[in-house]
Formats: sequence, C-alpha cells, structure tokens
Amino acid sequence: MQRKGFERVSGTYLLQQLINGISLGSIYALVAIGYTMVYGILRLINFAHGDILMVGAYSALGLAMSLHLPFWAVLAGSMLIAALTGVLVERAAFRPVRGAPEEVTMITSLAVSIFLENLGTMVLSPQPRKFLVPDYLLVIHNWGGLTFNNMTILIVVLAVGLMLALTLFVTRTNLGIAMRASSENLQAAQLMGININRIVATAFIIGSGLAAVAGVMLGGQYGRIDPLMGFVPGLKAFVAAVIGGIGNIAGAAVGGYVLGLAEVLLVGLLPPSLSGFRDAFVFIFLILMLLIRPVGILGSVERGRA
Amino acid sequence: MCELSIHESGERQVTSEPLLVLEHVDAGYGNIQALDDVSLHVKQGELVALLGANGAGKTTALRVISGLMRPRKGRVSFQGRDIARAGVHEIVQMGIAHCPEGRQIFARLTVKENLRMGAYLRRDPEGVARDLEWIFEHFPVLRDRLSQSAGTLSGGEQQMLAIGRALMSKPTLLLLDEPSLGLAPIIVDRIFKVIAQLKEQGKTIFLVEQNAFKALEIADRAYVLESGRIRMKGRAQELMANEDIKHAYLGG
Ligand SMILES: Nc1ncnc2c1ncn2[C@@H]1O[C@H](COP(=O)(O)OP(=O)(O)O)[C@@H](O)[C@H]1O
Ligand SMILES: [Mg+2]
Repeated sequence: MQRKGFERVSGTYLLQQLINGISLGSIYALVAIGYTMVYGILRLINFAHGDILMVGAYSALGLAMSLHLPFWAVLAGSMLIAALTGVLVERAAFRPVRGAPEEVTMITSLAVSIFLENLGTMVLSPQPRKFLVPDYLLVIHNWGGLTFNNMTILIVVLAVGLMLALTLFVTRTNLGIAMRASSENLQAAQLMGININRIVATAFIIGSGLAAVAGVMLGGQYGRIDPLMGFVPGLKAFVAAVIGGIGNIAGAAVGGYVLGLAEVLLVGLLPPSLSGFRDAFVFIFLILMLLIRPVGILGSVERGRA
Repeated sequence: MCELSIHESGERQVTSEPLLVLEHVDAGYGNIQALDDVSLHVKQGELVALLGANGAGKTTALRVISGLMRPRKGRVSFQGRDIARAGVHEIVQMGIAHCPEGRQIFARLTVKENLRMGAYLRRDPEGVARDLEWIFEHFPVLRDRLSQSAGTLSGGEQQMLAIGRALMSKPTLLLLDEPSLGLAPIIVDRIFKVIAQLKEQGKTIFLVEQNAFKALEIADRAYVLESGRIRMKGRAQELMANEDIKHAYLGG
C-alpha cells in the first residue's frame, strides 16, 4: 500500500495531473467569467448559468446532426444560440426583478435553472446522448509518459484565447470600459449616458457564449451530454468565481484555474477510497479559501455600491 | 491659451429663456417626502445655486432632474421638453451632466478611462480632444495622473476628476452636487475658481451647496431649500445681505 502511494506521486504523475487540472480549470474559468460579469453589474447570482452550458452543448449537437457543419462552425453556432438564450432569459426572468433584494433575484435564477433543466428533460429526453467530435480532436499524444489528446490542447488554447480577447474588449473598447464602470458603480455609469440594458445584454451574451464553449468542450471530453450536465460544472464555476473574488473578471479566470488544479491534485493525491468525495473536497476548499480571504483572491474589500 | 469648446460661444449671455424648469415637484423615499411642491428654473447662461442644510432635499432635486428618481408629482422640463419620465442616459444625451454628491468616480478605472466614460455618448473626437485639453489646463494634476487608477487620487483630485468627467459630455446644463464637500479650504477655492471660469465662459450651471457663502459669491441667483420646501429665492447679492440667511447659513 505505502509503496503504491509513493509511486503515485512521481514527477510524471504530478505533471500529468497538472495538465488535467489546467484543462479542467479552463472550463471552470470560462463558466466562472459569466457568473462574475453578471454579478458585477446586477448583483445577481445566476444559478441558471450552468444550464446555459447545457443549452450550448445541445445546440452544438443539433447543428452537427442537422446541418453537418464543420466543427468550428458548430462551436460558433452553439455560442450564438446560447447567447440568444441568455439574453432571452434576462429579458423574461431577470429584468422584471431587477433592483429587488439579492435573495429575490437569486431565487428567480434557481427557478430559471429548474425550468431549463426540466424543459431539457422533457423535450430532449433524460437519456444521455452521444456527443461526437471530429476524429482529429481525439488523436492522443504521448510525451514521455504524459498523455493528452488534441481536445485538451483545444480547450486550453480556446480558453486562453477567448480570455485574452475579453481582456482586450474590457480595456480597449468604449463598451468594455463601460461594462467595468457599470460593475463598479451602476448609478454613476448611468450618469455617463451609458444604457444599462445594453451593458446587461452584453454581459449575458459574452457569459453565455463562453459557457457554450465550455459545454461543447465537456461534451467532447466525455463523449456524451445530458440535460442535467450543467448543474455540477455550474456550481463549481460559481465556487471558482467566489474564490477569485466575485465581480472581478480576472479573478474568475484565476479562481477557475486554482479550483481546477486543486480539485485534480487533491483527488490525485488522496487515497482512492476517498476520491468519491471529490465534490465535498471542492467545497471544503472553498470554505478554507473564504476563511483565509473572504473577498476572494482578487476581490476588493469595498463591495458595496454607492 | 487654447480655444474653448467646453461651451459654445465663449461669450457669457444670460437669456430670458428658461433652460430648466421644475414646477410643483414632489419627490420622496417611502414615506419620507424629500421635495414638497418645489418650483424653480435656470436660464441659459446662468449660475443658480440651491442652498440648504443637510437633509433639506438638495441631492433629491438633482436626482429628479437627471432622471435617477421619478417625481411623484409635478413637471420637470428641459429646453421645453418634459423629461420627468425619460431614462437617465436619454437625459444625458439631451445635454444634462450630473456631477454627483461624493464624487462617485470609478475608482478601479484609470483617470483616463474615467474621462473617456464622461465622453461616452460623443461622436466628435476632435471636440473631445479639445475639451480634454481644457480640463488639463484647469486641473493640471489630472494630466499627471492619467494612467493611475482613480481610487489612488486624493479627495480634491477626485473632485476635479468628477467635474472634468461631467464636462467631457459637453453638457448644456451642468449639475454640481456639493463640490466642496470634505475638502480643504485651499482646494475648495481652486474648484470654485474653475466653476466661476465656466460661468464666465457661458456654461449654464445649477450648483448645490451647503457652503452658502462660497456659492453666493459666484452665483447669479439662488434658492434656499428647507425640509423639502423652497423658503427663499432671489439674486445672490440680495440673499448675501439678507439677515435671515446671514443668521442661518453664513454664520453671521
Ligand atoms: N436613499 C434614501 N432613502 C431614504 N431616505 C432618503 C434617501 N436619500 C435621502 N433621504 C432623505 O431625504 C431627505 C432629503 O435628502 P437629500 O436630498 O439627500 O438632502 P441634502 O442633499 O439636502 O442633504 C432627507 O430627509 C434624507 O434623510
Ligand atoms: Mg446632498
């Protein structure tokens, strides 16, 4: 037993876990950004955000089966459909309760989440479906004991590329700077002539588009999708956003990678008998992080608004 | 001296046209009535002050004008148009800039980004560049701090940024809410000097102040608000000489 445990933490093994953690972290980061952008502007914890990931995955499946589009077009199409769904959800469910106390908007988002999951179960059937990606994405590389496929590379490259693009957007464009301004002080932003509805819609479009990418990547990695697939990654991405400092976009990215790495390394280093409690460790980790730094890694102390 | 584009003519001219009119306005929060039958007006080119103690309803009046709050009763019109139901961003578009109480600059944005947000609705880059020059000339410290995050500025510098940011929208009417609040006298003097210069160049300004003396020094006219009601109004010099005002607000 002891000997086996020792072998499990060899350098190659650690490196392999690092790769897995970065890949998982990329997915958490993509989803966490949507949570944090919407929270930053509306102080809304949108529990339906994980289900948008599912909408994205099913949209991709539908597009691939019906139109036989190339993979990149399927991905882009699923981002578009998820973005439209996000905007629709905001108009129909969140705008009527805008300005209501945080617990009201949070319960509204739970209701939307349950609605989307049940709708998915009814319309799409609760049975998981096969989710096929092109063969070239499943080519496995083996580098000195480290194994990963093209899908893993794509996940990391896409996540990093999209986050760089988002960084350029929020620092270089009027709309992006207005988004940061709104997230800091909604009232002052309005006094600049910024149309808040436009900012909110933009946040839902970007957040939902990124969630769709995460959905397609998760589907590609597991080879199957189901109507409840958004729940657990959604919850963990929320944890990542909180760890990073909710409301802070860079924080959400950092939180995503920290959580992905922590989860994979914890599970990898723990005795196999405990690895079934994977999700429990994620939440213990959250509690520990919040005890050490209640505002999150990159969060600022003044979270109140004027 | 650079050309001034902050305002149109460079020549101060008070017309008889009222630019902003409030008629019998009531406004409040829950069962607190903050404004009670308030009527006032500001003419083109005027500097009008709204004075009153803490809690009198001055900030509420500005919030009603800029659309942050809906009046319960009464009319608010700007350039003859009813704006009581317009959205905040539409009112900015019409030409009203509200420099809010407590400055409310975007602390995590840079000074440059704050000023850029002030010009959010503008589509004339040359005009924006000229106004930016004007602001740097009058508040040189902002040029030195351009790429610093605004939260690192001192209180006085933040107030200068807040005024500069409001001017960046090239407003027809500038609303200022207690620009002297919490600042050292020497900084207050600097800021009031710039407000007086804006007035001389023809900018229409509605100035809310608790510091009645400073405000009356530069204002054309003033209203005095007490518990949500207009108690007094008149030309600034007359109010300055008024015994009641001296007693209540000028420490005399
Ligand atoms: N957000 C608010 N909620 C409840 N009451 C408020 C709020 N803001 C101001 N008030 C009340 O309205 C009245 C007028 O306030 P305000 O317009 O801020 O006065 P001033 O700017 O002259 O100090 C005061 O009695 C104040 O307590
Ligand atoms: Mg006030």
